[in-house]
Amino acid sequence: MEHSTASRRSFLTLAGLAPLAVWGLTACGTSGPGGNSGGAGSASIWSLTGAPGETIRTATVDAFNKSNPDNQIKLTLFQNDAFKTKIKTAIGAGEAPTMIYGWGGGGLKTYVEAGQVVDLTPWLEENPQVKDRLFPSAFGAATVDGKIYALPNETVAPIIFFYNKELFAKAGAQPPKTWDELMALTKTFNDLGIAPISLAGQSRWTSMMWLEFVFDRVGGPELFNNIFAGKDNAWSDPSALEALTKIQELVAANGFIKGFSSITADSNADQALLYTGKAAMMLHGAWTYGSMKNDGGDFVPNGNLGWFDFPTVDGGKGDLKNTVGNPGQYMSISAKASAEEQTTAKKYFAEGLLTPAEVTSWIESGAVPIVTGIEDQLAATDAKEFLTYVYTTAKDAPNFQQSWDQALSPTAAEALLNNIDQLFIKSITPEQFASNMNATLGQ
Amino acid sequence: MTVADRSAGAGQGAKRARRRNSKGTGNPADGPQRNSTVTGRLNWLVVPALIIFLAFAILPLAGVFLLSFTDWDGIGSITFAGVENWMRAFADPTMYHALWLTLVIMALSWIIQTPISLLLGTFTAGSQKYRALLAVLYFLPLLLSSAAIAIAYKSLLDPNFGLAAGLNMPFLAQDWLGHPQLALGVVIFVVSWQFIPFHTLIYQGGVRQIPKSLYEAASIDGAGRVKQFFYITVPQLKYTIITSSTLMVVGAVTYFDLIFVITGGGPGNATRNLALDMYLTGFKANQMGQASVTAVILVLLGLGIALWLQRLGGKDKNGSQLEGM
Repeated sequence: MEHSTASRRSFLTLAGLAPLAVWGLTACGTSGPGGNSGGAGSASIWSLTGAPGETIRTATVDAFNKSNPDNQIKLTLFQNDAFKTKIKTAIGAGEAPTMIYGWGGGGLKTYVEAGQVVDLTPWLEENPQVKDRLFPSAFGAATVDGKIYALPNETVAPIIFFYNKELFAKAGAQPPKTWDELMALTKTFNDLGIAPISLAGQSRWTSMMWLEFVFDRVGGPELFNNIFAGKDNAWSDPSALEALTKIQELVAANGFIKGFSSITADSNADQALLYTGKAAMMLHGAWTYGSMKNDGGDFVPNGNLGWFDFPTVDGGKGDLKNTVGNPGQYMSISAKASAEEQTTAKKYFAEGLLTPAEVTSWIESGAVPIVTGIEDQLAATDAKEFLTYVYTTAKDAPNFQQSWDQALSPTAAEALLNNIDQLFIKSITPEQFASNMNATLGQ
Repeated sequence: MTVADRSAGAGQGAKRARRRNSKGTGNPADGPQRNSTVTGRLNWLVVPALIIFLAFAILPLAGVFLLSFTDWDGIGSITFAGVENWMRAFADPTMYHALWLTLVIMALSWIIQTPISLLLGTFTAGSQKYRALLAVLYFLPLLLSSAAIAIAYKSLLDPNFGLAAGLNMPFLAQDWLGHPQLALGVVIFVVSWQFIPFHTLIYQGGVRQIPKSLYEAASIDGAGRVKQFFYITVPQLKYTIITSSTLMVVGAVTYFDLIFVITGGGPGNATRNLALDMYLTGFKANQMGQASVTAVILVLLGLGIALWLQRLGGKDKNGSQLEGM
């Protein structure tokens, strides 16, 4: 009897302690991937899963490790959304990887303000060859208070106005050059029973791209620059109100496909509307070219996909060549990393990023890397017309506005997306939008 | 009374007797030594559970409460902000809207789910073969993860390529997720679709516990099926209803995953309930302090409702419904 009690007790003890032990293990686990363990010169880098970036990043890290036995890099891959949460937590906990991947702008600024990333300006001055071969327009989103905190890399993705050439021919229409022509086209296509513009409104950032362009065409780049600088009441500038009103006019004229608020971008339904001939136009990132080519059957190979510059607005200040989108991806160095780790990271920045092999891989995947002088390489691909258009748009743009949700602080960006959603379903007026957003200025 | 029922009843009686015994700690006849070993061992055994409860429930709760008085973006340093976050929360119409939505979703979910689960539970409690077969079909949604359900419904509800196009039924091509009221309706429907099977299972178990003799007696007295349902099944299920309702209502306070994937809180703020508001404020807008205020409100709301439902069960929670059987 005594024995059985004892054994039962020890069993219960075990049962009780087991969760504790697991807890202890997981507590250790949190410092896992970010832990700066390894050799003296070994650095860590986090990147994203998914084609084509995953294979390309893995290849560049492997190549770098092979040719630099003393400076090893450990690569950890995360799924995009998981990465965004994980990196924030890791940086907040002081467990960041040596190299911090990101999208520049407002997110980078929060890291800078918390003193978590290294100022790369002096290093870039000593190594001008690193900086000079990259698109100058890519450095804007890497700069905070005149100092460069991240090295732009990977590819440029401006927002492109796509159209279905077949539907335009059927309607006898030409790509619109002005806003008024665009408004006239909405009637043309609606009369034919074709939706003028495809929009995945539920994703919100898709609607934001419209606002970015209309703001530029109406008020020029300084309109958003004032907002970015946090100038008082910048959102209720007369040009801003005019742009917001124009958007609601387009919504009211049934410019966007019926039920656009139910459509999401992650299912690529908006692209499908364009290539299945249900919608005539679509404003979307350059990256959609690849998926439309893959999923659209004969649509892209038969040359039915066209593109044009976003129309100008009568009396507006914006240049036809100004563009918006993602000027690049960004890599910073953690201020918490040791001197050796930082040396390795800088070596990788100088020798391992956007190597000729990596540039070729990006071009083959249908994207435009942010290095200058690749015209010939682009012209040799079967997507040459599109890639050259993207390249010249990005290279020659007088102003390349970074996507607002990346440029602004996360706090302001979330408020922006929420208000854009309401603006597009017309549950708020332009004036309400402006006053809601004015409250976020300087946040 | 069947043999099985009788033995179950005996079990109950024994349990009650034991309870009476353990309550009698002050009884000198129990002897002080024996008494202390019993309670001593219990105290000691409770330690691991207590530590885990402290570490994973009480500590984070206290942390959230403290965070609600600070400003923190999740990356930089935490600065004390006083009651600023609380003042802002109480002045924010979005906050009241989110609270209102949470209550609406809770009420509508309960009103829709309870009768359906109760009826389905009663139906599947029968021992007929076809009922067992149907029960398997009814319980299928239980096997699916919320995210999978949400993604599936999102695709089905796509106005251009969804159910409407697949079945060639144009009336199904509504702006399901783009119209504020429709989107809320969709959310409540999908939540119900997911959780009704679970509550059906609870009710099925509850109905099977009801002694057959009650129904036999009722039919001898001339009560029909409907009368039996309302005068025997429903009253006998009192505690099952309370349990199921508690789970439903407290669960409704924290509905997050389904809504997040289906609508993301949109269109506008039409489906942005408290839990979603907390997530978006904390993890998208980087305002941990402000989100903590919402979290504290959620905790209070959930606790308050759970306690209130427990009180509905009456003071004599342990009383039997089989008194006199």
